[in-house]
Amino acid sequence: MFNVLLAAVCVANFWDMNLWYAVPAIIAVSLVYAATRHEETRQILRHAARVAFWITGFMLIVFVVLQFVSWLASGG
Amino acid sequence: MQGNSAPSTVINLKDAGVAAFLAWLIPGLGHLYQGRYAKAAVFFVCIMGLFLYGVYLSSSGQPLLDGQGTIGAGRAVYFSWRPNDRRWAYLCQIGVGLPAMPALVQAQRMASHRRVWWDGFMAPPWLSEQERKKAQELSVAPNDPNGNFDQPSLQDLYRRLHRYFELAGFYTMIAGLLNILVIYDAWAGPAVSCPGRTEEKKAS
Repeated sequence: MFNVLLAAVCVANFWDMNLWYAVPAIIAVSLVYAATRHEETRQILRHAARVAFWITGFMLIVFVVLQFVSWLASGG
Repeated sequence: MQGNSAPSTVINLKDAGVAAFLAWLIPGLGHLYQGRYAKAAVFFVCIMGLFLYGVYLSSSGQPLLDGQGTIGAGRAVYFSWRPNDRRWAYLCQIGVGLPAMPALVQAQRMASHRRVWWDGFMAPPWLSEQERKKAQELSVAPNDPNGNFDQPSLQDLYRRLHRYFELAGFYTMIAGLLNILVIYDAWAGPAVSCPGRTEEKKAS
């Protein structure tokens, strides 16, 4: 039941989520971070994709935890 | 000076100090000087893109709360060291170098009671509506444009720009912090895979 509710909340807020503002920052941070560690373009892009994946994953985990806490706070 | 990113790649860092200074001045300029064109382009586009997006988000043509002027441009980037308004965020923003410099000029002009330039671009806001009105009342010439009484207060910025004021601060700070990594890369080569100077010394 909780999963359904969580999915519904995510879909409903999909387009007007403030999280979209994180996208330019994630792209810039991962590209710059990767480029300061490699010299070859291919290596930079591969490392940047990995960094972006980890940042997004971390943000998703935090998002789910906060949704869960919010659900608990509103009485379950 | 030379650094290695891989056993087969030798990077000519030229004068590392000059490169680091240029990298701070304009993101990517240090790498351009070193002939590392692809990285120069990546750094310039990413960091300047982020910084300019922040400047754009904190710009608005909306009127102030009392209708005396408009919000203006680049309000999230400003320097202030007044009591109750220590602008620590600017220490991050100045990491992008020249693009954040107008804020220093504007802060100096505002502090010395001279008219701010460029319609208040990157000028520090008044701390509150009350402070601005009080300054206007105490002024010898309340309508004197040099008093900067048409500049917004922090209340104006939060009420008109809403969350974009904070977002813009976030983007511009991230841009400045990222450029510190870039400065290091221009000075010493890639961080992880480049043993740099130590190896160079051993080799010599």
